[in-house]
Amino acid sequence: MWESLTEFPDLGRSTLSTMKKAIDAGFKGFSRTYGEALENFFNPLLHFLVWFEKLLINTPWPIILLVIGALAWLGSRSWKVTGLSVLAFVVIGVFGMWEDTMATLAIISVATFLCILIGIPIGILMARSDRAQTMITPVLDVMQTIPSFVYLIPVVMLLGIGKVPGLIAVLIYAIPPIVRLTNLGIRLVDPDVLEAADAFGASPRQKLLGVQIPLALPNIFAGVNQTIMMSLSMVVIASMIGVRGLGVPVLRAVQNQYLALGMMNGLAIVALAIIFDRISQSYGKRLQAYRGQGRD
Amino acid sequence: MTEPKIQIKHLYKIFGKTPEKVLPLVRDEGMGKDELLEKTNHVLGVNDVSLDIWPKQIQVVMGLSGSGKSTLIRHINRLIEPTGGEVIIDGEDVLAMNQTQLRELRRNKMSMVFQKFALLPHRTIRENVGYGLEIQGVGEDEIARRAQHWIDRVGLTGYEDHYPGHLSGGMQQRVGLARGLATDADILLMDEAFSALDPLIRFDMQSILLELQNELHKTIVFITHDLDEALRLGDNIAILRDGAMVQQGDAQDIVLHPADDYIRDFIKDINRAKVIQLRALAKPLEPGETPPEVPHFPANTRLEDALLPMSQAPGQEVLVDGTDGALLGRASLSDAIRALHE
Repeated sequence: MWESLTEFPDLGRSTLSTMKKAIDAGFKGFSRTYGEALENFFNPLLHFLVWFEKLLINTPWPIILLVIGALAWLGSRSWKVTGLSVLAFVVIGVFGMWEDTMATLAIISVATFLCILIGIPIGILMARSDRAQTMITPVLDVMQTIPSFVYLIPVVMLLGIGKVPGLIAVLIYAIPPIVRLTNLGIRLVDPDVLEAADAFGASPRQKLLGVQIPLALPNIFAGVNQTIMMSLSMVVIASMIGVRGLGVPVLRAVQNQYLALGMMNGLAIVALAIIFDRISQSYGKRLQAYRGQGRD
Repeated sequence: MTEPKIQIKHLYKIFGKTPEKVLPLVRDEGMGKDELLEKTNHVLGVNDVSLDIWPKQIQVVMGLSGSGKSTLIRHINRLIEPTGGEVIIDGEDVLAMNQTQLRELRRNKMSMVFQKFALLPHRTIRENVGYGLEIQGVGEDEIARRAQHWIDRVGLTGYEDHYPGHLSGGMQQRVGLARGLATDADILLMDEAFSALDPLIRFDMQSILLELQNELHKTIVFITHDLDEALRLGDNIAILRDGAMVQQGDAQDIVLHPADDYIRDFIKDINRAKVIQLRALAKPLEPGETPPEVPHFPANTRLEDALLPMSQAPGQEVLVDGTDGALLGRASLSDAIRALHE
């Protein structure tokens, strides 16, 4: 009697096991049938990723430093941020992590670019339709909370080990913030200003491009910043399925208890994160320079 | 006889879940605002308002907050859809328009000035003033030229490249006014345009508006809760309460013949000498009577300017001339004093 209360009346071991087997078999079948087609579909992406990584690694290091410095200056307009960014890369190079850092930089850049390309339109869609918002929000919640290893399984089953599955894993984790903040930014645009646009006869397109997106830009940019940070934090996990970069030595350090190796590469990831964060944040702040200086 | 520029006919607006269903309660059974809210949980915004707005005039719509005046003005450009009634502009039914026609109407025929300015914070003053033209698809050079003209007219020369956030409230509303005027629309809708400004600046803005109107002759619908502003600006004044029209007429009509206690209460503190004109006092001469040897004054002379000359005139009375120069009649100081103290 008591036993029937402490033991939850589940479906039973054999039923569950048949069910799981059926799902696995089904997915394996799907993977056999469409795996190659999917791989072909993602092939251009793979080529681009490989090309970009090679470009970064083969470019002479002084030029890379120059480009980093220029980007930092253009983004932040601050000598301090520019100087520290270049210095961080010099230190990384001195400690022998230049090539891994370039590989990481490659995947982060491509991931961020794809997140912006996919995420902003979805965010706009969510902002324009409450229905889309109610449908997409739970999907984003799942993407952000589901343990990465869980979605690594089907991704690897479909596409095998390599850069593209790694990139997809990064995308799944890093895309939600930019979608959410684009949506939020557009929804937060002052309704009075939108009413004025309506009163002057603006079309939906004119409102979106002329009023909503420009005014949402600081928020959208906060989303880009978050996306960069989150894709950096995926570097180690991505290295488990064959993505080159700073994650690989960290993984090796974990497996072999190499303290110094782990610390060095971990700190290099942190340095990259801080540099990207400062540059993109100060750029975001400059985007809203027109605010705040008002005399009220 | 000219046609009204804007005709509003039996307009109703009810806010709530099923406005169409409760409309008959208001329209046919005469249910009031409070009762409607209590029984059906719907808010009566505009209740059977009919108003003809004549071209080249400033039509003021006045009422306290919650009287439905801002809701009413938004029906003219259909920022709000009515529950019942008609809105006709230049003979065209606004409610029958599709989205494209409506956009054309908003782009070309009317513009709007807002209480909270509603400027685009990310665009400079020049870009804000040119906004309506940009929406119309006017070329860049033309926008720059016309925007500059209106920036100069409202006295903001030198601020073209500033952002709205850098300007004081009064200056921001000058931008709002310039933006409204830049499209050369016939109709200017002003929703409590000066209410957020402090009194001195408000007075300045009223002067600017009157000065511009003297040469532009637009049809202006001006919403306000401030009676002094209404009396100063309005060629015609309509007073709303609880979404319904209480009285409409010119300033003098309203001051001399208030429709009910609500309006009497409204006008009790105003300076009547600034509103009442000699026209209201003029008594026609007896047939065959020779006009007395006293000074002549135009009919639109306000009492504040007429009292002193009247007291000094022989017999303490003056003659009043109509706008066409014909003699309207005589007005005496004692009549004037009575009119001030009614």
